[in-house]
Amino acid sequence: MRLEAIHENCSGCGACRLVCAIENFREVNPSKAALRIEGRFPAPGDYRIHLCDQCGACAEVCPADAIHSRRGIFIVDADECTGCMVCVEECPYGVLIEHKHSEIPIKCVLCAECVRACPREAIILVDDKKKKAG
Amino acid sequence: MLHGYAGKILRINLSSGEIKSELLPEALADSYLGGRGFVARLLFDEILPDTDPFGEDNLFIAATGPLTGHFLPASGKTHFGTKSPATGGYADSNMGGHFGPSLKYAGYDALIIGGKAKQPSYLCIEDETVETRPANKYWGKGAIASEQMLKEDLGDDFQIITIGPAGENMVRFACISHDFGRQAGRTGIGVVLGTKKIKAIAVKGTGGLSVFDIEGAYAKGKDAYQKVFAKPGFKGWTPEGTAGLTNWANEVGAFPTRNFQTSWAEHYRQINGKAVLERLKRTDKGCFCCPTPCGKYGHTKTTLGSAYVEGPEYETIALFGGNCELQSIEDVAYANYICDQLGIDTISAGAVISWAVECFEKGMITRENIGRDIRFGDLETVVFLLEKISKREGIGDLLAEGVKLASRKLGQGSDKFAIHVKGLEWSGYECRNAPSMMLAYMTADVGAHHNRAWVLGQDMAGSGASVHDLIAAGGSGERRPKARVSAKSAGYVIQSQHTRPLFDALGVCRLQLMELGFEAENYAELYYLITGRKKNWDELLRISERIWHLTRAFSVREIEGFGRQLDYPPPRFYEEPVSSGPNEGHFLSRKELDMLLDAYYAARGWDHNGIPSRETLERVGLADLADVIEARRNQNRPIQ
Repeated sequence: MRLEAIHENCSGCGACRLVCAIENFREVNPSKAALRIEGRFPAPGDYRIHLCDQCGACAEVCPADAIHSRRGIFIVDADECTGCMVCVEECPYGVLIEHKHSEIPIKCVLCAECVRACPREAIILVDDKKKKAG
Repeated sequence: MLHGYAGKILRINLSSGEIKSELLPEALADSYLGGRGFVARLLFDEILPDTDPFGEDNLFIAATGPLTGHFLPASGKTHFGTKSPATGGYADSNMGGHFGPSLKYAGYDALIIGGKAKQPSYLCIEDETVETRPANKYWGKGAIASEQMLKEDLGDDFQIITIGPAGENMVRFACISHDFGRQAGRTGIGVVLGTKKIKAIAVKGTGGLSVFDIEGAYAKGKDAYQKVFAKPGFKGWTPEGTAGLTNWANEVGAFPTRNFQTSWAEHYRQINGKAVLERLKRTDKGCFCCPTPCGKYGHTKTTLGSAYVEGPEYETIALFGGNCELQSIEDVAYANYICDQLGIDTISAGAVISWAVECFEKGMITRENIGRDIRFGDLETVVFLLEKISKREGIGDLLAEGVKLASRKLGQGSDKFAIHVKGLEWSGYECRNAPSMMLAYMTADVGAHHNRAWVLGQDMAGSGASVHDLIAAGGSGERRPKARVSAKSAGYVIQSQHTRPLFDALGVCRLQLMELGFEAENYAELYYLITGRKKNWDELLRISERIWHLTRAFSVREIEGFGRQLDYPPPRFYEEPVSSGPNEGHFLSRKELDMLLDAYYAARGWDHNGIPSRETLERVGLADLADVIEARRNQNRPIQ
């Protein structure tokens, strides 16, 4: 399973970012969200959703080997992570987040709370296996 | 710990350079909630009587509410307040977008700015780091252009408010712009930033908000979202947003047209919500956490140029499409864009320009005064005058004063059709056959604005139906009988004046309740789960009532001779019948207006001159104001 963005459905409300932080940190603090909404204004006047598709680029570059795949979801191991933030720089989507109140980078764990919160189905869950089978 | 709040107020004195933060007083939070409540109390306490709105001593306040930035439908509101450059009395204006939540995440519930910077500046707030920085490179630039430049300079994660050239050049109806198309439009709030030489405020916050019951609040927030999705209006209201009101407003004869000469525009189907959707819209543009985004962002192409623009919203359609009679939605949108760049309130601008055109038609302003002809239905007229106003150049210097002062200066009886109350231009509902809505405009604390009470539904449909229901039912377009004036109007207006502004104190958008019928009790429950303070909806409404008396008291204190005489609409509305459409021939007589005011003052506990009585102030928890107001009561006795 992975997240997929349907950019044209997005209205930029940011509810996805807020629930991401609440679900994972129990904090009302969207700066800790592991996804970004880019408003492209004044032109062309639309939104782009940047989210983690569990590509694993972060795991490949991690010098401490602290990012592991569990059933296709890449998770930062807080005990092994040294906080070097190399992965943050290398994330192709800019959704590994360095935060001044977190010693380790913040990464999407595919809780899919953003999918459930979005009023407009701008973020959906995709099952690649089913897609292939279908 | 004050759950729900950020917990601090940030104070900036631009003259001395002092920047300090202080704890948010619990008593202030408990008695006034936030947002509009904070603005009202802080202005009363901290502005010295007789302060010049354009002077250094005037304050600019930005305030959020306890629910701002939390997970619930549409929690993105920010409230701004000052002593009004438009009316000299109480002023506030609010906007959606994302600025307020970021201010709270940075650690501040409110921001109080006094003094005046020595050079064009902007404020940069990044958590506890607060700086005043030079803004010479942005000064003179459009409000949207400067937001774009600041985003490029600071980063996309800053939320920014800006003013345009109109705010820099002391136009009395300059606004605040945010997020490429959202505005705190009314009361000339943008001018006050201009007088302080503040071009912009940028804020980025990385902190969290404490919540009394995070599990409960999170579950209730999700539940609230689901309830909003389930409302019948969710799918019906959202696509067209406020522009969807255009058909109904015309079909019931409430659409300001030709400077309020009539209340119905023949071409309304060319400028309605459907036209916005089909000819302009590119994307819905949502405020923070809003499931029902009324913002429509699109692109317009006209003979004068093309532009990306958010809107037009209903109000802009009413004032430019109706009052100035622009014939196409593209033209209305282009006028909207010019206002957005110049930093001008579209409502007041549409009212001022239509007044100027009527003056021109009547020979009160001439070609020699202006340098060209001006007329209704002409985009060139509108753009020409907007640019003159924003620079205070030529005729623009007169028009930048707003219709009240401009008509005083021009004379010749032009005040009879200068459509305002207390100096604030009338917004998008014509009321000569709508007594409740007329009373709402007459008694709104900031002047002729619809957002304090919207009771047109009661006037037209005899009920408190949601706006979506009214739109869905439509208007008949047939001639309406003359409305009966009764004391019931006072009750409708007072109820609405408590309900709608309560949202401005809580820091959330009211549209989910007003337009979709989302139940009010949800907000009381969310308020409890987030703040830990137990107040049911009625108790919250009592706070809103307190704030209403407080804003009235502020204007009583600040405006010399304040009283009943400032609660009347212009003579056009009680002397001239509507010239065409469903309400042709109707108007409310001065006697009927007096009946409305008498019923309203009595229900409010104000005296015959509209001044709150000592007993009333004591009853609503404002006993500390009573001596000041008593002194004014004696000074302000109307001249018989």
